[in-house]
Amino acid sequence: MTRQPFIVDFLQNDKGGKVFISILLVLMLVVPALNLLVPADSFFHIPTYTVTLLGKYLSYAMLAIALDLVWGYCGILSLGHAAFFALGGYAMGMYLMRQIGDRGVYGNAELPDFMVFLNWTELPWYWQGFDMFWFAMIMVVLVPGLLALVFGWLAFRARVTGVYLSIITQALTYALLLAFFMNELGFGGNNGLTDFKDILGYDLQADTTRASLFFLSALFLIITYFLCRFIITSKLGRVVVAIRDAEDRTRFIGYKVESFKLWIFVLSAMIAGVAGALFVPQVGIINPGEFSPLNSIELVVWVAIGGRATLYGAALGAVIVNYSKSYLTAAFPEIWLFALGGLFLLVTIFMPKGIIGLWNQMRLKLQEKKQLTTENKIE
Amino acid sequence: MSGLDNIREMMRRDKVFDFVEQKRLPFTGRRVVIPGEIDATHGPILYLENISVSFDGFKALNDLTLYINDGELRCIIGPNGAGKTTMMDVITGKTRPDSGSAYFGQTMDLTRMSEYEIAHAGIGRKFQKPTIFPQHTIFENLELAMAADKHVWPTLFAKINAEQYERINEVANTIGLTDLLYETAAQLSHGQKQWLEIGMLLMQNPRVLLVDEPVAGMTHQEMDKTAELLKSLAGKHSVVVVEHDMDFVRSIASTVTVLHEGSVLAEGTMDEVQNNPKVIEVYLGE
Repeated sequence: MTRQPFIVDFLQNDKGGKVFISILLVLMLVVPALNLLVPADSFFHIPTYTVTLLGKYLSYAMLAIALDLVWGYCGILSLGHAAFFALGGYAMGMYLMRQIGDRGVYGNAELPDFMVFLNWTELPWYWQGFDMFWFAMIMVVLVPGLLALVFGWLAFRARVTGVYLSIITQALTYALLLAFFMNELGFGGNNGLTDFKDILGYDLQADTTRASLFFLSALFLIITYFLCRFIITSKLGRVVVAIRDAEDRTRFIGYKVESFKLWIFVLSAMIAGVAGALFVPQVGIINPGEFSPLNSIELVVWVAIGGRATLYGAALGAVIVNYSKSYLTAAFPEIWLFALGGLFLLVTIFMPKGIIGLWNQMRLKLQEKKQLTTENKIE
Repeated sequence: MSGLDNIREMMRRDKVFDFVEQKRLPFTGRRVVIPGEIDATHGPILYLENISVSFDGFKALNDLTLYINDGELRCIIGPNGAGKTTMMDVITGKTRPDSGSAYFGQTMDLTRMSEYEIAHAGIGRKFQKPTIFPQHTIFENLELAMAADKHVWPTLFAKINAEQYERINEVANTIGLTDLLYETAAQLSHGQKQWLEIGMLLMQNPRVLLVDEPVAGMTHQEMDKTAELLKSLAGKHSVVVVEHDMDFVRSIASTVTVLHEGSVLAEGTMDEVQNNPKVIEVYLGE
């Protein structure tokens, strides 16, 4: 066994991964170029609106990969993963709020508008430090990670599994939804955080900033993919799949199952947090709606449609569902939810392994056919 | 040795002090019992004493006392509901006894250890239903079971070295699955799955193997092979086999323990046990 360069080693037996990374690399360079360098009246020009939309899809794709890590590989069906995404988003939103400074409606250099509106006179302690970008970025991973740590520690140690775990994750995100709706909590209540002006001094409305955010989304998606791929191809990855398939067996050959579940759950929550932080500056708002239990369920649908336990399948599912969502909500706003439900039903009945699974199946069949025909010729 | 050599000897980093290594106290020569180390010097390796377990009023184990000697091959038989599986659950930490004590060697209190700690200490268990990792290859199944640092971070960066590779192949050979090493375990036949699970136990280098119904669903040939395998393991390991198939038990066991209603009814060689009137009564009714 010789040592090979990092990336070659990784993608060697990962055909889908190669395609996935290649597409992302192309997008990462071509989309911003077509947006910034090609004149607006040209056929090849990509409008900034589309760039932002694509960036949004990529952050969803990252969230889907995070869920695939815990659900597809470890069998933990978290129905509250959007909560970690939203928390990361809020951490980023708080930084962006502090960046507004005295350009708000009330012109208060220290307090965001909604706090002035509530007659608050000073910044709550938990808003301290969010004027610094590095601090906010640490919080983007730390806050979802800590919540996952505490929640997971309690749940996994008590050996809560299966449907029960799904239900309490759902309860978790619902509790957060209700909490963030309260004005007194200090996160803008119903309206959430919005009216952002700039990030690191760059205007959020500028084309260049938008293109850079897209570039970063693609970059972080690639990094996430490599990180997850490294994990699932390691021995730890095999342990995690073993836990999914035969939890007791794993325990009796000497693995502390709780620790492994907790580790992967916390990591997944952190990735979801980063995805949320990439999502917020592109969308321009974060509000309690992101904690809605429905979001987390939709997220599960993305992963199921794309194909579980493949990573890129989850990303593909996220993009496909969200693209059709953008299209259908505009064209047929009434039927969107039915379409999503129908899609989920069709997938679970006819393609239990999702689009990627179907693709693999078809490829196998084609190969068999080819083999048969060549065999016939020989005969 | 000169004084300098003595000092050098003391400073060597790859070695602990002699008197610790020998595990004997100076002058008296008494053994030092180190916590966490298996001490089977008195003969038995497993001590189950006065163990009772009840589920909702049903006494699964009733004042069970049982000793397993180091290196012994012991068969445990008994009608359904005699408490065989519950006994294994107590030994492996899955079930906590209501009363009584369970010791591994003289030092390790099994009733206060969790499942993974017990597995680390050296007790391996095969389930009644063959339980393997279906999506993994045979090689990976064995790799996962292999004795190693099984904490999270070391597992993340674990790499197989040549010695471990060798060991996996050796065990695969023992259980007759060398040809299928890179096939997924889901494709194995029932008997092969049973063997794979035994192989996974072997990878853990356990002192005690608890084997629950190893020949259920096996053909006669497979049964003979399994008997050979288990017999060859005894001596190096203590093997406790729970089995219903009397022919199989007769073919492997030197000592048989009969459980009935949660406690030991009889113990002895197969012939002694079979001629025991109490055993006959339990198995054949009044």
